[in-house]
Amino acid sequence: MTGPSKTPVFLQRASYRQRRLRDGAKLVPFLGIILWLIPLAWQNEGAGERVGSWGVLYVFGVWVLLIVLAAALSSRLRSDASISDQGTSEE
Amino acid sequence: MTFNALIVFALGYVLALFVIAFIAERRAAKGHSNWLTSPWIYTLSLSIYCTAWTFYGAVGYAARSGLEFVTIYLGPSLVMVGWWWVLRRLVRIGRAQRITSIADLVSSRFGKSTQLGMIVTVISVIAATPYIALQLQSVTLSFAVFAQSEGVSWDQPDFTATAMWVAVGLAVFTIIFGTRNLDANERHHGVVIAIAVEAVVKLLALIAVGVFVVWGIAGGPGEMLTRIDQSEMVLWNGNSGRWISLIFLSGAAFLCLPRMFQVLVVENADERHLHIASWAFPLYLFLISLFVVPIAVIGLDLLPAGSNPDLFVLTVPLSEGRGGLAVLSFLGGFSSATSMVIVATIALATMVSNHIVVPIWLSFQVNQQVVMSGDVRSVILMSRRLSVAGILALGFLYYRMSGGGTALAAIGLISFTGAVQILPAMIGGIFWRGATGVGAAAGLLTGLVIWMWTLFLPSFGTDAFISQTLMDEGMFGWSWLRPQALFWVEGLDPLVHGILWSMLLNSAMFIFCSLVTFPAPLERLQGAQFVNVFDHSNAAPAWTGAATGAEDLLIMSQRILGSTEAQAIFEQEAVRQGKAGHLPDVTPEFVERLERDLAGSVGAATAHAMMEQMIGGSSVSVEDLIAVADEAAQILEYSNRLESKSQEQERTARALRAANDKLTALSIQKDAFLSQISHELRTPMTSIRSFSDILRDGEMAENDHGRYAGIIHDEAVRLTRLLDDLLDLSVLENGQVELHKQTGRLSELLDRAVRAAGLHDGVLAISRDGATEDLVLTTDLDRLAQVFINLISNARKYCDADAPHLQISVIKDGERYAIDFIDNGSGIAAENQELIFEKFSRVADGSKAGGAGLGLAICREVMHRLGGEISYVPRKEGAAFRVHLPKVKSAVALEET
Repeated sequence: MTGPSKTPVFLQRASYRQRRLRDGAKLVPFLGIILWLIPLAWQNEGAGERVGSWGVLYVFGVWVLLIVLAAALSSRLRSDASISDQGTSEE
Repeated sequence: MTFNALIVFALGYVLALFVIAFIAERRAAKGHSNWLTSPWIYTLSLSIYCTAWTFYGAVGYAARSGLEFVTIYLGPSLVMVGWWWVLRRLVRIGRAQRITSIADLVSSRFGKSTQLGMIVTVISVIAATPYIALQLQSVTLSFAVFAQSEGVSWDQPDFTATAMWVAVGLAVFTIIFGTRNLDANERHHGVVIAIAVEAVVKLLALIAVGVFVVWGIAGGPGEMLTRIDQSEMVLWNGNSGRWISLIFLSGAAFLCLPRMFQVLVVENADERHLHIASWAFPLYLFLISLFVVPIAVIGLDLLPAGSNPDLFVLTVPLSEGRGGLAVLSFLGGFSSATSMVIVATIALATMVSNHIVVPIWLSFQVNQQVVMSGDVRSVILMSRRLSVAGILALGFLYYRMSGGGTALAAIGLISFTGAVQILPAMIGGIFWRGATGVGAAAGLLTGLVIWMWTLFLPSFGTDAFISQTLMDEGMFGWSWLRPQALFWVEGLDPLVHGILWSMLLNSAMFIFCSLVTFPAPLERLQGAQFVNVFDHSNAAPAWTGAATGAEDLLIMSQRILGSTEAQAIFEQEAVRQGKAGHLPDVTPEFVERLERDLAGSVGAATAHAMMEQMIGGSSVSVEDLIAVADEAAQILEYSNRLESKSQEQERTARALRAANDKLTALSIQKDAFLSQISHELRTPMTSIRSFSDILRDGEMAENDHGRYAGIIHDEAVRLTRLLDDLLDLSVLENGQVELHKQTGRLSELLDRAVRAAGLHDGVLAISRDGATEDLVLTTDLDRLAQVFINLISNARKYCDADAPHLQISVIKDGERYAIDFIDNGSGIAAENQELIFEKFSRVADGSKAGGAGLGLAICREVMHRLGGEISYVPRKEGAAFRVHLPKVKSAVALEET
């Protein structure tokens, strides 16, 4: 059952943009995971500088970044998932 | 504020919530639910994730472990910003399948299995009970703080009584608004609005305390940061295992907790709400946790050592004499606790009634004939009410048993770990078609057992359920079964150890058992629908034959939905089918739709089981699935055929267009031919007519008479010749010519042609080479001679040299012979060389030659008929025609025969 695929290989500019926005939205959590794993490298023991308020600022700063990114992406994403993708069973 | 005033205040707050919930329910019932279903309400309702444990406990957590407290919020933030991965799918499935709870999701995915629903329900209830106890403890403690500020020290009975009254109050609220009706889509507008209001209150309370701490006590953000740096508090404890595990745990719990599933999926009115919530809820969490570290730092600085950091949110304002702020903070904590308990009990009660009580009750209903309208409905509602009360009672009992000590504080995360055991079955179920019910059950039970053994039972404290010896030596003395060192893995944080092993073994069992078992047909059907939820594919109907009457179905629906709602559904369907009466035809589609409607009330498993009883088990079989797959294949093939057919039509159309073009060209050619021929016929006719006019009139000299008659005769001859030529050509072109084959010598033929060409005037000199002409031909010699005569007389007519000369030579071209007729005239211009073989094409002036321009056209046709060809050979000087003779046997061979 190898019929011709329903989804076109090349898309209009707008649909193309939507797809890339979707890709971006999918990547946001991974960005968050990576940035929030950085504290694992912080040294607290020994002579090294103790984790102070900058540590708090870092964790909360990443948070703000993720919120802004998610807001920017989700407001541009069309709600109708079926626009051009279908078939997108899963992209 | 006195303690009694506080109680009045709290009661007033609760009353206000009642009123808000009541108004919302009324508006929703009237259909004015626009603002009730806005994305902001949805986002705020998600805030039940932030319970009293996080409201009070986050500060205490920060005071003890520094930044680690934030992991509880980071996980959900990641899940929300990554909504496109899991949440979008969950919400879509929830809507498509009318999912009522997380137990329903798992049960429905794995073939509407009653057993799986039960397992998930049991896990959820066990995991939620300590958490509910924790909320009761928080509220009780916060009351105690106010009592103590008045100098009244509470004893154990005071705590117990307070906890009991709080539990009773919550039960009343939940029963009133959470189990009042049995909706087809299981939404609770009143409850959602109430928890949205509570979400605002707790956020405002925490921010107010935070603002007071930062600006009121520390003196601004800059000073606050300095105080954080100077504080004794250890911000980073360097426990990376806990950091990673807790982010994972909180994110997973955000999806798996029954109450979170209730607000995320079941109460979701519109998929688009996720767009806003994807960033707004992380923002909410951000704001909730923004002031946690400052409050903890200031609390540690200001309050005497040994005071409970879990209550800093209350005690810091109180110690600064800000009674009003403390009351606001109390309301925030109170809101956190009550909203969580309300939603959690609703979600759990739904699960208990749909997946435990009703299946058991149905199995006891031996005689299905004695049924009455709404009986199932009343059983469900009653069981839900009892479940709410029962769950709260369990929470209260747990609180009593644990003694409300600090042991309880540690149990929040353990409770999370219990709930998260559902994650592999859920995620596997919605992404992997190969996941089977057996695998899900194996994974869930494995996870449950390991969670109980490594985390839950030890959490009651040493010697409560697990003795110290057991802890040290393992079950049956097997050291690899030690609760906190499974498989000899020692040295891990007990929580990380429990999360790691339970999730690993749970997933491993789930995957392994899924791989080795074979799913039932309904399971495969549901699996395909869940995993491909975005494909809009037509699902296979789960019911094939419907061997029941509409009346029976109506009676059954009335048992669940009550008569009014059931009749409305049936009438709607009758209208859809275009039937006049109240009862629609029982089509498989209708049965499918009805089952889904019922599933929205009682869960997929129960709805399916009841349907099966009615219809007599004619549910989907493997053969049906295969038939459906075949049908899909046929449709695909059909569309492929259509496509190829349309391609074929396109080809035909192209061919037709080409044929049309050709026909048009031919028509033009024919018109040109007709006008040409009329012109050619008209010229001689005109002169014949005019001269015959003169002759008829008489009155002329005798010699003129003879001359005119001669002209008329010549023209008539020319006309006849033209008509002969035309006739000849038409005969040749139509292929009607008869060839008379003879055998003769080429030299003799050429002699004959030269004689016939009328060279008696001696103008044209001809040179030939006798030796090469010695060939024997078998063909229509007369016709071939006609061609030769034509060529020779053309040379005579058109050769414009001073001493015209024609060279006739025979050459051998491969296996064929060709005869060249080359004169010494100026030849034919290049642009005319293509045209000379066409009809009526005369390169030279027609009057001079006196021909109609058909000679070469006839030559070409003749040669074509004879199997040879004639062509013009471009040369530097002189016209050269080459006549390819038909293929001949060699002269020798011919002579032998």
